[in-house]
Amino acid sequence: MRTKRIKAIKFGLLSPKEIRKMSAAKVITADTYGEDGFPIETGLVNQRLGVIDPGLRCKTCGGRMGECPGHFGHIELAAPVIHVGYAKLIHKILSATCRRCGRLLLSEPAKQEYLAKIEEQKEKQADINEVVKQVFKEASKNEVCMYCGDYFSIDSEGLEEDLDKSSVSSELRERIEDRGFSVSKNAILHREIDPERLFRWGDVPGRDNKQLIEFLVRDFELTWVKKAKISKKDDNTVVISAGAKTLELSLSSRRDCVRLNFEGGRSYELPVKKEGMALFVYSYRWVITDTDKVYILKRGWDKLLIYCGERQKRIKYEKPTTYKEIEEDGRERRLMPTDVRERLERIPDEDVEVLGMDPANARPEWMVLTVLPVPPVTARPSITLESGQRSEDDLTHKLVDIIRINQRFMENRDAGAPQLIIEDLWELLQYHVSTYFDNEIQGIPPARHRSGRPLKTMAQRLKGKEGRFRGSLSGKRVNFSARTVISPDPDIGIDEVGVPVDVAKELTITVNVTERNLEAMRELVRNGKNHPGANYAIRPDGRRLKLMESNYETLASELDIGWKVERHLIDGDIVLFNRQPSLHRLSIMAHYVRVMPGRTFRLNPAVCPPYNADYDGDEMNLHVLQTEEARAEAKILMEVQRNIISPRFGRPIVGGIHDYITGLFMLTWGDKRFSKEEALDILRNIDFDELGEPAGIGEDGQPYWTGKQIFSVILPEGLNQEFRGKVCRKCTEQGLICRKEDCPNEAYVHIKNGRLISGVIDEMAIGSFKGMIIDRIYRKLGDSTAKEFISKASRLAINYILLAGFSFGISDEDIPEEGKEQIRDEVIKEAEEKVKRLIMAYEAEELEALPGRTLEETLELLIMQELGRARDEAGEIAGRYLGIENPGVLMARSGARGSILNLTQMAACVGQQSVRGERIMRGYHGRTLPHFKPGDRSADARGFVRSSFKDGLSPTEYFFHAMGGREALVDTAVRTSQSGYFQRRLINALQDLEVKYDGTVRETRDTVVQFMYGEDGVDPAKSVGGKSVDIDEILREEIGVV
Amino acid sequence: MKKKVSILEHELVPLHEVMTEQEVTELLKRYKIRKEQLPKIKISDPVIKEIKAKEGDVVKITRNSRTAEKFLSYRLVTK
Repeated sequence: MRTKRIKAIKFGLLSPKEIRKMSAAKVITADTYGEDGFPIETGLVNQRLGVIDPGLRCKTCGGRMGECPGHFGHIELAAPVIHVGYAKLIHKILSATCRRCGRLLLSEPAKQEYLAKIEEQKEKQADINEVVKQVFKEASKNEVCMYCGDYFSIDSEGLEEDLDKSSVSSELRERIEDRGFSVSKNAILHREIDPERLFRWGDVPGRDNKQLIEFLVRDFELTWVKKAKISKKDDNTVVISAGAKTLELSLSSRRDCVRLNFEGGRSYELPVKKEGMALFVYSYRWVITDTDKVYILKRGWDKLLIYCGERQKRIKYEKPTTYKEIEEDGRERRLMPTDVRERLERIPDEDVEVLGMDPANARPEWMVLTVLPVPPVTARPSITLESGQRSEDDLTHKLVDIIRINQRFMENRDAGAPQLIIEDLWELLQYHVSTYFDNEIQGIPPARHRSGRPLKTMAQRLKGKEGRFRGSLSGKRVNFSARTVISPDPDIGIDEVGVPVDVAKELTITVNVTERNLEAMRELVRNGKNHPGANYAIRPDGRRLKLMESNYETLASELDIGWKVERHLIDGDIVLFNRQPSLHRLSIMAHYVRVMPGRTFRLNPAVCPPYNADYDGDEMNLHVLQTEEARAEAKILMEVQRNIISPRFGRPIVGGIHDYITGLFMLTWGDKRFSKEEALDILRNIDFDELGEPAGIGEDGQPYWTGKQIFSVILPEGLNQEFRGKVCRKCTEQGLICRKEDCPNEAYVHIKNGRLISGVIDEMAIGSFKGMIIDRIYRKLGDSTAKEFISKASRLAINYILLAGFSFGISDEDIPEEGKEQIRDEVIKEAEEKVKRLIMAYEAEELEALPGRTLEETLELLIMQELGRARDEAGEIAGRYLGIENPGVLMARSGARGSILNLTQMAACVGQQSVRGERIMRGYHGRTLPHFKPGDRSADARGFVRSSFKDGLSPTEYFFHAMGGREALVDTAVRTSQSGYFQRRLINALQDLEVKYDGTVRETRDTVVQFMYGEDGVDPAKSVGGKSVDIDEILREEIGVV
Repeated sequence: MKKKVSILEHELVPLHEVMTEQEVTELLKRYKIRKEQLPKIKISDPVIKEIKAKEGDVVKITRNSRTAEKFLSYRLVTK
């Protein structure tokens, strides 16, 4: 296939001319198929618009189905209609341009300035919207057009006093009307300062000479000043002179005006405005505001220069497609689409550019449609129902509606129907065209199918999750994939996945038949639909032959080198396994297939952590790799064993969970003795060479092996390691000496040459996220050894827990009555007493506030502390009665599941409930529930639950617990959605960054982002818990000290 | 009385130094990049103002790093 590089993408509007040019057919019939069952020549399923039936040829390009991409047609609209997608923009443009001449209502310099700004933004490849927004805002503020309108002058003699009035004098009116303009009786006259700045006082003589001269020539026709000399007489006087002629400018003592003193004693006053330190000179102007016009009068030599601009009217936009012009007296006049189009047509190209549009590609009037493009039939295929009836696409239905109304409109207009009927039809045509583009427009009812279902039109096809972009382009459905529920299987390896036979028979791998596999392939073809078999055989000429009971034998004998066989999935095939949400790269890993009966994917529980999977109904996806390259890549990069160490924190993420930890803990804890038969039973499905010498001879005279010995069987030879396990009580931190191998808790794990000398195996040793032994094996002996170890450990753990048995029930939370009494009558009672005393101290104002806290906060803090302590103490007492032989304690201690706190809450005391991190305060005025007195601050009135879950909660306790529980629930729901979105944004921002071979992080333009990845250049997946070097370990290994 | 405090002395402000032309050439050669491919720092940045670097200068920033103790970064001063 030839590849081409996209150079540029241009967006624009389709002009009517362009629509007609690209059209293959003009559509005039509001129907699809005729009586004879053939498409109507001028209809909507025109054969010139493309082919959707197999066997037919396109009348435009001659292509067959699949070859012909389809061709656009067009509908000539009887009257223009507004394009709904641009309705808002049209309103903005109408408001910003003159109703008479169509020019943008900004002065020429302002336009240039905005144009420059737009260019600048484009240069920077930045957004021009901000600039354009301002253009619209500024332009629509102008009520008078500065381009169209008329300029004329009248004799000003004798009008001096008339200008100081607020209404137009008859003298002034007469003179204006002499020039052919009308001024009504209601016109208002007022004087104002011309917003145009003349010059800066300090810059004359100097920089602003030109402006001064220009002004004098324009307004006073003093042409001689062009050649005059400008000089400064003193700080407040400037003199302009040429030959005999002189003109004096003097600043008034109040510095609020400049007087022009002409020869012969005549003078004019120019206003002066102080801006900061500078003085700017302006001129006066008079404004006559009439009903539909504004006159601007400027004083000149002997006359008044009058400028009359077109007065703009406010345009009201009524959703979705109506525009109204508001008259002076508040009446509204509807602007029909024709009027709108005419106005838009008048806007000159230069002004269109200031609006941020490119007039070559998007003239504003093209937003009012006169011709409607008809998409090719391939974009709206009709489907044949089982009954043989044809069912058309929603777009076709909509186009039928448009043509029907269009036709009716034309007929009525030609017949000279009354205006009212025409307007109704026009409105209807607008409705149909609008809903054709978007059927979810605010304010109009959606167009519906006969069945009442809203039609899916243009916008609906593109929008949203299932739309074209998110549903069909960014994400698609793929072949060679399967999805089903997952369930556990500790007997398969961690890099394997159990695939149901039904799935294996559906998913195939294409194999080239060669000299070496010919016989094997023949066997597969002979098996056909029976696993392991094949579904298709492909001849060298490319013909796909479906395997059926009838042709198994013939095809098997015909099969030869050069053929291809689409064979079933078999044991050992490499596939990708995935669970959503795919948040990190470990969410998709390569597994090896194990075909097995059943209907679920089987997964070793040790690989649940990287996928974050459990078996409460989770489903996972499986993808079969189709090329040798893909398989090689998956094997090298994505195999489970390669991803045992998490790139997030540099420790194993694959490892034992729940029963795995419990099983190995029970096996290796204490002095367990097993006979040879028992030992071999536990190791029955584990590959090992030697059980080793028995640890001793039992009382019965039989040799026995210890649990530690059995565990040592699966440890690789040559493994040496020492570490403290999860059960370690951190003696050294309390100033005691660690007794290491003699630890009473068996917390000190010592492995010497692959034999467990001391210590118990717990979460720290083989658990996911911790997994010291896994970590060690992975680093010292490689990923396959580590994989083997985890696989073996999972079988061993399950075998033992199966043999020993393990359960946890309600009676395991029992503590003897004396313990209960102690908790109830000593611990909790005492705590409640203390709380009472604290409250009393507070009320007697004897309590001293802690630094930085109010008295009330101090009280709360102390109470919380006291009650927290009470709960912990209760837990401790309960713990005394529940030894390590208690399954709950065992699980919590070994790290398999749950915590001591959980057990405390079940057996002893649930403790303080909180909302917003405080004791429960809300409810009624001054009290939480009507069971308490207002102002009661005692423990039980503020959400302290003294009961245990086992005993059950009192009604008030239950209510408080529900309050705290609800908050926790809401918090997690909010947090997950929020952090998910944060993650997505982070990924979108960072996805193009790459670590280059020189260790720098760069983006796509090779611009450096970080000079060394992570500042130290360390790949966290290859680090030791995030550190580049484990110096303690190296020392221990080399010198033998810690 | 107002006391002038230099932000450069604040413990959270890393050391910024203007590099000589020769150092810059070596730097660009080492990373095989053009000057524009360096990360940027605005000329209006308070530190840049304080050390009076000009547009087009390259500053060397020495920071404390959690992973690598000391870390060097280079930034091109731009408008």
